[in-house]
Amino acid sequence: MNSSAPLTHADFATARKRLLRMHFESGVGHIGGNLSALDALLVVFHEYLRAGDRFVLSKGHAAGALYTALWSIGRLTDEDLRSFHKDGTLLAGHPPAAGVADIRFATGSLGHGLSLSAGTALAFKLRKTDSRVVCLMSDGEWQEGSTWEALIFSCHHQLSNLTVLVDHNGLQGFGSVDEIASMAPLWEKLKGFDIDLQVIDGHDAVALRDALGAAAERLRVIVLRTVKGHGVSFMENRMEWHYLPLKEDMYKAAIAEIESR
Amino acid sequence: MRQQFCDALVARAAKPGMVFLTGDLGFMALEPLQKAMGKHFINAGVAEQNMMSVAAGLAREGFEVWAYSIAPFCYARPFEQVRNDIAFHKLPVKLVGNGGGYGYGVMGPTHHAIEDYGVLLCLPNMSVFVPVFDEDLGAVVARVGDSQRTTYLRLGRGERPKDYAVPSYAPWRQLTHGSGPVVIAVGPLAGTFIEPFARLTESHRPNLWAVAELPIAQNPLPTELVGQIRQCATLCVAEEHVQRGGFASELTLHLAESGIAVRRFRHLYARAHHYERYGSQSYLRGLSGLDAASMLAALADD
Repeated sequence: MNSSAPLTHADFATARKRLLRMHFESGVGHIGGNLSALDALLVVFHEYLRAGDRFVLSKGHAAGALYTALWSIGRLTDEDLRSFHKDGTLLAGHPPAAGVADIRFATGSLGHGLSLSAGTALAFKLRKTDSRVVCLMSDGEWQEGSTWEALIFSCHHQLSNLTVLVDHNGLQGFGSVDEIASMAPLWEKLKGFDIDLQVIDGHDAVALRDALGAAAERLRVIVLRTVKGHGVSFMENRMEWHYLPLKEDMYKAAIAEIESR
Repeated sequence: MRQQFCDALVARAAKPGMVFLTGDLGFMALEPLQKAMGKHFINAGVAEQNMMSVAAGLAREGFEVWAYSIAPFCYARPFEQVRNDIAFHKLPVKLVGNGGGYGYGVMGPTHHAIEDYGVLLCLPNMSVFVPVFDEDLGAVVARVGDSQRTTYLRLGRGERPKDYAVPSYAPWRQLTHGSGPVVIAVGPLAGTFIEPFARLTESHRPNLWAVAELPIAQNPLPTELVGQIRQCATLCVAEEHVQRGGFASELTLHLAESGIAVRRFRHLYARAHHYERYGSQSYLRGLSGLDAASMLAALADD
């Protein structure tokens, strides 16, 4: 974690291609929401987290992006990624409960991650350590009541060692967030809470770096304006890429596009 | 038992790394614990789902975490959080449900917990404690606190007969002796049968056992009890829990798998999830046939 050199454009492209290869080889979907989250995860794992810090993936369906980020920092191997979704793998479709040291909790049911992160952050506060927690959530996850319970709790206990990233890609399982249960704009709803709130481009490495690097006096929420399927034009902002696996011609086209940028 | 529970935890509160979470309950009961634990006593508010996941987060970092609420709000409302976040990670969180069974009586079925341990024992790595007497709480809190499993402590109301000398805590205790049937009661209900059984002649008096820890896999039947079951004409189980998933189901399966034949079996259990009338715990026990008179009638059928 926390390698010294900032990530380059080539680093992001390499990780994006590795994620697509993993999904192609395993024949499974959830690619869109992985691509929207991947850039932020790479910055978090390469440039922000220190030894003793914790990360919780609340949007567990972005496990592929998490595994890719862990591969990118050398915590998972190519062999590990080749086992993704295979019988006997540690790398399930959602993060596993045990077996991967950097993964603290099995998630996948939405609305759990912020509370798990709050408990972890509270533990650090009670111990008076300077360890920090990062939680990555989806935007649809704010429809879960437990998410709001967790937000209230985290604000009340002034968990300034907790950073919440919201992957605001605007699409959920069966439509757009705005069509299904709109809170648009989400950040206006969040402003009423006692938090440090930022809204940034979730694919802009400089913006991610700056937002994470800013001093936090209170619970920090960073809304990442992202694109589902980011980096592959035929996937971008298309709901079906929440589910679809990649066929070979599509996979080759996606790789070619990433390499041409 | 809440008072004794509080006293036992106050005595334990000096232990480093302990956190007590409550779902906004404990008024006029847990204030001494609040005072003893300071910042480690946290009122998590009316948000039980969050409380259980927070408990998981704290436990994952090594804290000894107790999470307290009225029994149904401890396991039913946040069941997925208990399952996914606590049990799946084998975290030794101590769930404490006050007023188990019909403990909240006339407050109504939303506050009853008559399927609690059946539901929870479906989860991996789970232990259940149902103390029988108020006097058990010191030992039980120590056992729950030291357990490396996820635990559920069902607090009820001790039913010790007047002038009865409570035997030292043990997961299994024989409370009456005779040559009659074998009766096993779960938790405080056992105390309600001591006096009625004591009045019976020796030849009709049941061997009454109280069980306080579940499941059987973690708390095997004592050899003496197994011998009594082999010899008796009737085995009866009484529990303030619904029939499905209760202790009797587990026991009969265990006996069948062990090749122990039972000539006659009776099960007294909580029958109501719907009510035409409301009432106290005693009233509801009566409706379910869990009171002493119903027990004697059931045994008299032999």
